[in-house]
Amino acid sequence: MTSQTVSLRYFSWVRERVGVESEAVDLPSSVETVHDLLEWLKTRGEGFAAAFEFPDIIRVALDQEHVEHKATIGSPREIALFPPMTGG
Amino acid sequence: MTVPSERITIRVQHDDFDVAQETKLLTSKRHDVGAVVTFTGLCRGEGDSLSALELEHYPGMAEKQLAKVVDAACGRWPVDGVTVIHRVGKIGVGDQIVLVLATSRHRDAAFEAARFIMDFLKTDAPFWKKEHGADGQSKGWVDAREADETAKDRWR
Repeated sequence: MTSQTVSLRYFSWVRERVGVESEAVDLPSSVETVHDLLEWLKTRGEGFAAAFEFPDIIRVALDQEHVEHKATIGSPREIALFPPMTGG
Repeated sequence: MTVPSERITIRVQHDDFDVAQETKLLTSKRHDVGAVVTFTGLCRGEGDSLSALELEHYPGMAEKQLAKVVDAACGRWPVDGVTVIHRVGKIGVGDQIVLVLATSRHRDAAFEAARFIMDFLKTDAPFWKKEHGADGQSKGWVDAREADETAKDRWR
């Protein structure tokens, strides 16, 4: 399996904790599901560890569509990670 | 039921909105609209401790999610028109944040559709609120409320 480059976007306190709004990353081939992604992100440094300390509460969108954590990532162009929404 | 696209408005904007003007856009020169329901969400103060909310959104996805919720409402009730406007950026205490406007021949459809849209907007559209204190300092992000999740249960 080859690694794939994808654009990651962060919002709200996830963005503040990781310290960037977006970045292009090569996902390791071991990352198959959204759950895998969250576990991998956690290992990328202090800010990431803080942002993804409680992965269960993080919402994830693949190419702007909400997905469950058990979903397979496939090959989206963009993955967004953010806390539960508080609009309205 | 299909609502003509010219009677569906979905906007995310920094600027304030004028409820009367938005209402008129859906009702003027119409003789078959019997009901208009408007919901306006305001920035509520917390004693003297809060001065403003800062609204962040995910451009693109926010509009898309709002469109999905509006679509679902239009499929469920015989509404005639829908307007959803959500503001972003810094919004002072007492100022308007969100507008949901629904029109229909009879009141039930407009009432139900407006409430449905608001309930799903809260939990499904990517917007986040940060609080700013009276001293102008950030007080952190607003937590999602369990009550907002359970509010959707009525529509199952």
